[in-house]
Amino acid sequence: MNRITQKLQEDKKILSIYFSAGYPNLNDTVQIIQNLEKNGVDLIEIGLPFSDPLADGPTIQASSTTALHNGMTTQILFDQLKNIRESVKIPLIIMGYFNPMLQYGVEAFCKKCAEIGIDGLIIPDLPVDVYADEYKSIFEKYGVINVFLITPQTSDERIRFIDSVSNGFIYMVSSASVTGSQSGFGNTQETYFERIAEMNLKNPQIIGFGISNKETFNQATKYAKGAIIGSAFIKHLSENGSGKIEEFVGGIR
Amino acid sequence: MSFNVNEKGYYGEFGGAYIPEMLYPNVEELRQKYLSIMDEPDFKAEFNQLLKDYVGRPSPLYFAKRLSEKYNTKVYLKREDLNHTGAHKVNNTIGQILLAKRLGKKRIIAETGAGQHGVATATVCALMGIECIVYMGEIDIARQAPNVARMKMLGAEVRPALSGSRTLKDATNEAIRDWINNPVDTHYIIGSAIGPHPYPDMVTRFQSIISEEIKWQLKEKEGRENPDYVVACIGGGSNAAGTYYHFLHEPEVGIIAVEAAGKGVDSGHSAATSKLGKVGVIHGCKTLLMQTADGQITEPYSISAGLDYPGVGPLHAHLAQTGRGEFFSVTDDDAMNAGLQLTKLEGIIPAIESAHAFAVLDQKKFKPEDIVVISLSGRGDKDLDNYIDYFKL
Repeated sequence: MNRITQKLQEDKKILSIYFSAGYPNLNDTVQIIQNLEKNGVDLIEIGLPFSDPLADGPTIQASSTTALHNGMTTQILFDQLKNIRESVKIPLIIMGYFNPMLQYGVEAFCKKCAEIGIDGLIIPDLPVDVYADEYKSIFEKYGVINVFLITPQTSDERIRFIDSVSNGFIYMVSSASVTGSQSGFGNTQETYFERIAEMNLKNPQIIGFGISNKETFNQATKYAKGAIIGSAFIKHLSENGSGKIEEFVGGIR
Repeated sequence: MSFNVNEKGYYGEFGGAYIPEMLYPNVEELRQKYLSIMDEPDFKAEFNQLLKDYVGRPSPLYFAKRLSEKYNTKVYLKREDLNHTGAHKVNNTIGQILLAKRLGKKRIIAETGAGQHGVATATVCALMGIECIVYMGEIDIARQAPNVARMKMLGAEVRPALSGSRTLKDATNEAIRDWINNPVDTHYIIGSAIGPHPYPDMVTRFQSIISEEIKWQLKEKEGRENPDYVVACIGGGSNAAGTYYHFLHEPEVGIIAVEAAGKGVDSGHSAATSKLGKVGVIHGCKTLLMQTADGQITEPYSISAGLDYPGVGPLHAHLAQTGRGEFFSVTDDDAMNAGLQLTKLEGIIPAIESAHAFAVLDQKKFKPEDIVVISLSGRGDKDLDNYIDYFKL
């Protein structure tokens, strides 16, 4: 069974952390992953940096740009992660934009993920329709889970379609925004969280965008299986380097 | 072979809508409604009336006698430079603002490189009394001060794009991020034949007035609708798409596309996407794209701010791949000299973008009886500083 599916069956709220690979320093990737696991994080999204991350706000853009300046590439990331399964047990997801994957070759990319032990991908600019038509069979062949986003504007009908194509979890974008651009949830979000919770989807949902601290984490996980923190963790890395991860995770739960 | 977009938004293997889910409702709404709105009689009437009385269409098809003598062929110029705001861009912004109104949108965003599309967007927003925000790379803001001032006079807010290379591609990223953040009340007026489906087709249709007019104008002057060649410069490719549109399926009409070679195709400072690009995804569509082996998008270069885009519209990628279009690359030097030559022979100062198209006359030998229509997509007023610097005027 895929590590993501297994993790989601545990009777607990999932804390997922995103960071950009190669940030703050090129070779921090593995150490950050190990520290996150050691401090009780359930799932990690490893950002594959891209020159034009159009769904990301300033914090993730900047970390992505720094990572590219540091020399990060798809091949270097795969090399860094080559032996990751010798030390890390929790599910690992690569989150990145479609173009670098297209250049690597979608099949070669999935194959490499399977070899290393990467359990899933999140590709914000690969729409579910194109995935279903052109790439689903490749992902299935290598047992790599593809995770799709929904937003407050996504229609019920489309959510049902996304649910039917998904086989891990659904990434619920908390509000209409790029990453890292809001603080706290109001009534609009709570209504949306409730609406989705009541749809009884076959895939569990994990909420991302706008989760930055204990309060927002608790609010989100009241309705969903888990929550994802990205920009807030990257800010922590910029201020503290890769050393004080315990403090950050400890502050969430 | 078809050069129209198919049901899924592709020209051959190029096009589609590679967008984050956050943009899906907006793009899907547009996809479902653009054709029916454009087909409404009152939309057509309003669009045509504005093109006539406000833009000043039809733009003349002018026989360039001295230029023709010099190259021993028959050269006609399609005078998009005479449009209100000085370029073809306004054909599209008029169309899209009318469409945005019918979609009930209250706020317009746009990207701009040199500022021509920004000015054309700010203009129609002033005309309609709609809020307008134009994203422009911080570097472009510094080097295109007159257009920034124009946009401000027209009531638009010009927001600097501070990310990445701080030029056109980053301004486009910022506009897309704005649209993600404002998914309900905002329409994004893309300025070129790029972006997710239906944008390339929609922009092409609004610009197709160019080739529609060429047909009847040429019939009046030469007794035939089809020239032997149509020539246009290509950045993203909106003037080219409009110039080609009604000739795409007329095999006797040669289609010539002119890209900016910058300091030379292989100099490392170029925007010749058809020569240097590989299949990739940028700003929501699959197309030819200048990028590193690792799939990072690279920064193109051209002396002309309107041509330095790292991709090319999906229609043009398809024309290049199938060979339907013949693609030329023109260096900064050749474009500048072609611009000066047009000025001296015909008394017309072209935009540096358009000057690239004229340099083809030195690269391809046309027959004396050939009719060659060149799209003069914009006027050169905005480029005077560049001309002054280059020629030490």
